[in-house]
Amino acid sequence: MDKQTKGVLFDPLFNNNPIALQVLGICSALAVTTKLETALVMSIALTVVLSCSNVTISLIRNYIPNSIRIIVQLTVIASLVIITDQVLKAFVYDVSKQLSVFVGLIITNCIVMGRAEAYAMANKPGISFLDGIGNGLGYSMVLLGIGFFRELFGSGKVFGVEIMSTTNDGGWYFTNGLMLMPPSAFFLIGIMIWILRTAKPAQIEKE
Amino acid sequence: MFEHYLSIAVKSIFVENMALAFFLGMCSFLAVSKKVETAIGLGAAVIFVLAICVPLNQLILSSLLREGALAWIHPSLSVVDLSFLSFLVQIGTIAAVVQIVEMAVDRFAPKLYSALGVFLPLIAVNCAILGASLFMEQREYNLGEAAVYGVGSGIGWALAIIALAALREKMRYSNVPHGLRGLGIAFILTGLMAIGFLAFSGIQL
Repeated sequence: MDKQTKGVLFDPLFNNNPIALQVLGICSALAVTTKLETALVMSIALTVVLSCSNVTISLIRNYIPNSIRIIVQLTVIASLVIITDQVLKAFVYDVSKQLSVFVGLIITNCIVMGRAEAYAMANKPGISFLDGIGNGLGYSMVLLGIGFFRELFGSGKVFGVEIMSTTNDGGWYFTNGLMLMPPSAFFLIGIMIWILRTAKPAQIEKE
Repeated sequence: MFEHYLSIAVKSIFVENMALAFFLGMCSFLAVSKKVETAIGLGAAVIFVLAICVPLNQLILSSLLREGALAWIHPSLSVVDLSFLSFLVQIGTIAAVVQIVEMAVDRFAPKLYSALGVFLPLIAVNCAILGASLFMEQREYNLGEAAVYGVGSGIGWALAIIALAALREKMRYSNVPHGLRGLGIAFILTGLMAIGFLAFSGIQL
């Protein structure tokens, strides 16, 4: 793998993480992370939509009139999301029920629009595909990390498998109810950004 | 009847706040909350667009897309179910409405336009708008309920962003750890606000 390809694929993980640094697409990142299972399905769905939309838009980039490009991009993304939603409903119906409206919200996920506009409109399909995968992985990493902590401390489980036996079942771990509530997601992302920026001081915002 | 609408309004403003309970519209929520003035502008624009889009989407959904909805054209069409198209149609409606609202405001209220100008195009991809439409679809609201829900969730979102902007203006005088400055502390503040709003949960009218 040459240097450019590697950069496109792995930069979004730490150096230029779409959630932590660019604050894109956090809407869904917070809502679906109470359980690892939903977080995983959401990550896969977003990565698939992101890489497919990047390829599609990159393929037709020379034919899109500049003035209506946003509508074209939205249409491509919305169609891909419809396909993803139908596939999820067909194969993992329970999870798709739990994700409720958040699959549909991939359409307005700023990561997808952002990469289409900033990268796929100016680059060849192959490299755009890798860019989509890379950014999808960066997003998935944050989602799964937060999902892991919320499920572990909120209900003592990982992927639904019991790790710490809870007091409800006669065990020793008293579950932290806050972890299952919305506020904990904000705190976890705040702390994650803090750790990331302490490790990489270049990302600290100038006031 | 009135109580039912009031209950939907209170629920959408406080209990199920778009920003603090469902995390919708977060991108612009964090990006535009540095000053109270701009936060008020964006909040007003969101209320405006939500109040138009949610009932409009409800109308389209119930008269064109739901199973059997096309029966008013011809009885033989009553077996058609186009609901799989709802994502595409809703986002299209929203983008079109935002565009029309932008032109109308520019033409008839130039002062308001110069105040909202930058934010109006941003709203097309604000997940709060699509989110409210999708919740409306999922809960099968009728036209009146959809209108109340749209306005209510807009007010809730605006309330949250204005409150956060006011807090962030004060934060400028605080000594925040370096790595936490800007975005990090904004997340933690939002978390604390969300805890505050948790106090509303369980309110029933």
